[in-house]
Amino acid sequence: MESNGYNKFRTIFAHVVLILLSFMCLFFFYILIVNASRSHAELQRGFSALPGGNFLTNFKNVANDGTFPMMRGILNSLIVSSSSAAICTYFSALTAYGLYAYDFKLKKAAFTFIMAILVMPTQVTAMGFLRLITKMGMNDSLLPLIIPSIASPAVFYFMFSYLQSSLPLSLVEAARIDGSGEFRTFNQIVLPIMKPAIAVQAIFSFVGSWNNYFVPALVIESKEKMTVPILIALLRGADYMNRDMGKIYMMIVVAIVPIILVYLLLSKYIIAGVTLGGVKG
Amino acid sequence: MKRKKTVEYSKWGYIFILPFFVSFFIFSLIPLVDTIRYSFYEYYRSGLKQIGPNFVGMENYVSLLKSDMLKYAGNTMILWIIGFIPQIVIALLLASWFVDVRLKIRGQQFFKVVIYLPNLIMASAFAMLFFTLFSNNGPINSILMSIGLTKEPIDFMRTAFGTRSLVGVMNFLMWFGNSTIMLMAAIMGISPDIFEASEIDGCNSVQRFFLITLPMIRPILAYTLITAIIGGLQMFDVPQILTNGQGSPDRTSTTLIMFLNNHLKSKNYGMAGALSVYLFIVSGILCYIVYRITNDDDDDGSKAAARKQKKAERRRG
Repeated sequence: MESNGYNKFRTIFAHVVLILLSFMCLFFFYILIVNASRSHAELQRGFSALPGGNFLTNFKNVANDGTFPMMRGILNSLIVSSSSAAICTYFSALTAYGLYAYDFKLKKAAFTFIMAILVMPTQVTAMGFLRLITKMGMNDSLLPLIIPSIASPAVFYFMFSYLQSSLPLSLVEAARIDGSGEFRTFNQIVLPIMKPAIAVQAIFSFVGSWNNYFVPALVIESKEKMTVPILIALLRGADYMNRDMGKIYMMIVVAIVPIILVYLLLSKYIIAGVTLGGVKG
Repeated sequence: MKRKKTVEYSKWGYIFILPFFVSFFIFSLIPLVDTIRYSFYEYYRSGLKQIGPNFVGMENYVSLLKSDMLKYAGNTMILWIIGFIPQIVIALLLASWFVDVRLKIRGQQFFKVVIYLPNLIMASAFAMLFFTLFSNNGPINSILMSIGLTKEPIDFMRTAFGTRSLVGVMNFLMWFGNSTIMLMAAIMGISPDIFEASEIDGCNSVQRFFLITLPMIRPILAYTLITAIIGGLQMFDVPQILTNGQGSPDRTSTTLIMFLNNHLKSKNYGMAGALSVYLFIVSGILCYIVYRITNDDDDDGSKAAARKQKKAERRRG
């Protein structure tokens, strides 16, 4: 048995470590916000822990910059991320329901196949993917960033686990007896039951697609179609020393703050969603 | 009656899973076959001229082995280890603290929210942020100089050690919160009876961690490890943006995917194909391990854990 004093020491130690780690996580974002609110001249003079008064000026400079179409980039990223989140969750739920509620010959084979490719990196097929979409005339377009998310094995697995725990098949039977068609049963009865799972996965696939850099950087060529990560890379490649540093910090703010805000609003569900259906314990 | 029903409805199963498989077939399987096919061809662009495709057999594979590929594989591994070791140690520590009721951690929800935050940040923007913060006239050097730790600004990105450490720190910050939450769920899945029994037997917190918690969460620990390796294999955004794709200094932070990206950008399809096949084989093996862990009928993960649980129960009883 451990003494009370020892436990007290452990409690204090744990809190110190937690506070240090939290400080590490927040410190960089604090500097980012502070620096994004200062002018180039102020930034050249060295670091100060207090924010300046140039936040709006920097923001306007970013919004009106023609060479770095950041606002256009955000719009593109929004289009890509929300469309992929929508079709990814809908079709994953559909696939999961198809494999859960029906019995057919290839059921086990299909399930095994999806489980086998669960964590296959997309990069290994990038070369063929690039050639394929060029042949299909879809290069330099947002479509190839959206459509492939119909097949998302990890989201499927999550949906499948969720169905196992919360959809009694008797409900589907009852709907059938009431004369509901199979598609209608899915859209009007199963989908509403799956709402919590869909919400969590929609957030994760939105974030994943918002942050995705590798494939978009290969597909997109023209500036007005670039998504935010490509613009950030462009910014890194530019001769940054001659630029307005306040503006550069503001561009990073614009790239990451929308996600942080969404996260802070939904953090409870997001954190609970990290583990749901991740692994069977 | 029941058999008739399954026959009647089975076509809907196929219809519902069709979009997934069509999309997978078009956007993953065809590209994969294409990638493998061209890995056996000499097929690249030199200037405006296109060379090939000419069949060359295994030549691309051989010349990759002679090239810097192994060096980049080493880089990827080093960068991954620098981030992963502290990540898993801290995650295990935090997870066991969070579930330990006697520690009475205050503001658990706050800490969880904060440590998970970096996981959602755009890796490329995070790398750009680190690049500006740690540059010669950036705020970190400014702070270090003003508190007198250094007279000259430290050029973090000039040395291999500095660049690799920065990548490691970023990977650590981005992933330790995620691992903590995964492992926490695993520890909470252990039956409280076992912990209670151990306490009655006079087990202290260190023994409890090494003799009960660690063995009991082995399946999820293995899952976390393998998915982290797969994630490490894919490492790209952070070193790419931090070093502007150069892997500087002297390509010591060039990862395998950065190497692949260079071949794709220069349209050397033969080499890119062969490199992809190498990556495909490695990730295929890792996928197989994950498959074994996540499926119930495996005999190395969950069953082993069940056996251990039984043993622990027997010991208790």
